[in-house]
Amino acid sequence: MTSNQPSGIRLQNVSLTLGTKNFRFDCELPAGAITAITGPSGSGKSTLLNLIAGFETSESGRVIIGATNVTALHPSQRPVSLVFQDNNLFAHLDLATNIGLGIHPSLKLSAPDGKRISTALERVGLAGYEKRKPGTLSGGERQRAAFARALVRERPVLLLDEPFAALDPGLRQSMAALLLELHRETRNTVAIVTHDAGELRQLADHALFIDHGEITLQAEIAVFLMRRDVPGLTEFLDL
Amino acid sequence: MLTSAERQRGYAGGGVVFAGIVLFIALAVFALLSFDSGETDRPLFDAYVWRILRFTLWQAGLSTLLSLALALPVALALARQPKFPGRIWIIRLMAVPMGLPVLIGALGLIGIWGRTGILNSALAAIGLSEPISIYGLSGILIAHVFFNLPLACRLLLAGLERLPPDYWRLSASLGLPALSVFRFVEWPAVKPLLAGVAGLVFMLCATSFTLVLVLGGGPAATTLEVAIYQSLRFDFDPARAISLALLQIAVTATILALMALLPTPSADSTATGRAARRFDGTGFGARAWDRIIVVLAVLFLCLPLASILLAGLKADFARLLTAPVFWKAAWTSLWIAFLAGLISLTTSIAIINARAAITDARKPGLTARGFSALLASLSSLVLLVPPVVIGTGWFLLLRPYGDVASFAPLLVVMINAMTALPFVIRVLSPAFATHRQYTARQTANLGIFGFSRLRLIDLPVLTAPLATAFSFAMALSLGDLGAVALFGSEDLVTLPWLVYSRLGSYRTADADGFALILALLCLGLTIAGTVGQRGRKDDGS
Repeated sequence: MTSNQPSGIRLQNVSLTLGTKNFRFDCELPAGAITAITGPSGSGKSTLLNLIAGFETSESGRVIIGATNVTALHPSQRPVSLVFQDNNLFAHLDLATNIGLGIHPSLKLSAPDGKRISTALERVGLAGYEKRKPGTLSGGERQRAAFARALVRERPVLLLDEPFAALDPGLRQSMAALLLELHRETRNTVAIVTHDAGELRQLADHALFIDHGEITLQAEIAVFLMRRDVPGLTEFLDL
Repeated sequence: MLTSAERQRGYAGGGVVFAGIVLFIALAVFALLSFDSGETDRPLFDAYVWRILRFTLWQAGLSTLLSLALALPVALALARQPKFPGRIWIIRLMAVPMGLPVLIGALGLIGIWGRTGILNSALAAIGLSEPISIYGLSGILIAHVFFNLPLACRLLLAGLERLPPDYWRLSASLGLPALSVFRFVEWPAVKPLLAGVAGLVFMLCATSFTLVLVLGGGPAATTLEVAIYQSLRFDFDPARAISLALLQIAVTATILALMALLPTPSADSTATGRAARRFDGTGFGARAWDRIIVVLAVLFLCLPLASILLAGLKADFARLLTAPVFWKAAWTSLWIAFLAGLISLTTSIAIINARAAITDARKPGLTARGFSALLASLSSLVLLVPPVVIGTGWFLLLRPYGDVASFAPLLVVMINAMTALPFVIRVLSPAFATHRQYTARQTANLGIFGFSRLRLIDLPVLTAPLATAFSFAMALSLGDLGAVALFGSEDLVTLPWLVYSRLGSYRTADADGFALILALLCLGLTIAGTVGQRGRKDDGS
């Protein structure tokens, strides 16, 4: 599971009911590419991500990552790393511990592991921040630390749920650039939920548009941006 | 997001705890119901029993009315004067009676309002001869107001401070006079809270034991709880105790059912002195009124507290502290409180975890949801059957198996643990929920389980609320007279029992001294429990 081989993600006839909302997903996120997941608020973007991560379990259909059927697996057994909008770090632990937990969940770390943590911090521009607590960092620095943890985890899939939504516009730009760099180095499969049409253009190779719990368009980014016949999409792109 | 093993552990823990509590209470009630007194001629509810019921409801109603009527002007005054000197300390003072052992509060009130207290002495000096009695109905009312006015005041003040600050700017720009502000802004904010607050205060007053035991007690001023105690302890009349206990359960069940229909009052986040800017209340008349109201309230609350301290300091501590009975009582009190706190804490954690496990299963079945609701209602079940009733039941149940005195300490521990349960759950539940919300997805994704999670993720964050809850439960148990009153004896002496028995044998100075020690112990515990929480608010990732 710690291999760097890119793994595509497939959702085959996945369905789920939460409260009064019904979701039906059938899609493919290509291996080694960045797929943007877009759509109006409440349409089911985060639900799709939660199904891949294992925080929601589908009632029917299959979730496949690489060659493995992960439908019934606990989140910890799936080959994914996660970055949310916030609460990516344990507030009471310093950055080295927070990142170390990504290497070993009971924190049995060797000396080389310590080196890896420092290298990862350095890579995201937080060199020397090992002993800092999340509360002393800015929002952008906390997201960088979350990226550093995703780096040491070396999972083939990275899921991001509006990771830059809480940041200033200028900062979003540079964080997106960092994400792109890391993606090119690791060649991982990335799924990013975003509300931001600019981010979509800057990052995505592929895109999904979700409306009322169903995927109404999945296409390569060039095609995605050209389409004018999908209800709601034009308004979204012009935002 | 829990693994299935974690979820099953949650269910199992909840099941064990639920069965334990229900059995503990149900066996007591069953023992009461099946007791055969051998008398057949006496009706279950005779005139005496009805009189007690009437008085219980009458004093609770009056206490509620007085507490609310007096709390309202205090809350309005405090809300209107956000810059009142020492305002934050006055609001903190309002929390003190809640944490003060009831018996100690009663002693303080006797010190001020009693026959030789400063109030009646002052009244005597201006020619009136002792018009106020701290004993009987008037005393019970004074004491209930002392304990419940601050509670009502905090809840009403919180309601006023939840109003958007724009309301005050708007009232000022419209030039509303004070009466209009009250009619159109303050009263509409307070009115929906009154029923809930009244329900809470009525419940506390209808089940009040220690205050009525110390200040009332005669046939004219006895509540159901005290009458149960007296019929067992003095008259040994289990049949009467049973009819009284059944009535008591009926009364609490009715109140709880009515309260369930009312909105729960909350003192959330606001009653911390963070008040909105007010533009009214600056005129001479308004300021004078507010000041007089607040000063009177502060005096009413502070004088008994000061009396506890001053009267206590007069005691002969050299003698008190070397008396073997003190050390015996202190030791007994501490280990009972420790065990009760521990049981209360583990029980609460099991209940919280079981409910979390049920919520975690995204689509819990009807059984699971029903079980979750039952677990949530355990706190009410504990309130439904008062300690003295549980004690009575177990007294009858254990009598055939030997000397009840030998089971007594264990029963006191269990009853105290049950009494503390609703409070412990109220402290822990939001802390656990917030912690879970912040960490559940991360721990699940990173695969941090079992001991690692406990050590790295849960304990560092939850130690503070756990300590708060534990010390709170210990303080509650340490100051409790209710459970021990039924079983107290030469062999089972706790600190409150020691204070009470000294008071009963008119050794008031000794009672005051022991009371001060007990008050300091409870205060120390409360402070120790809240120390860990300071400076933990800095994290925001």
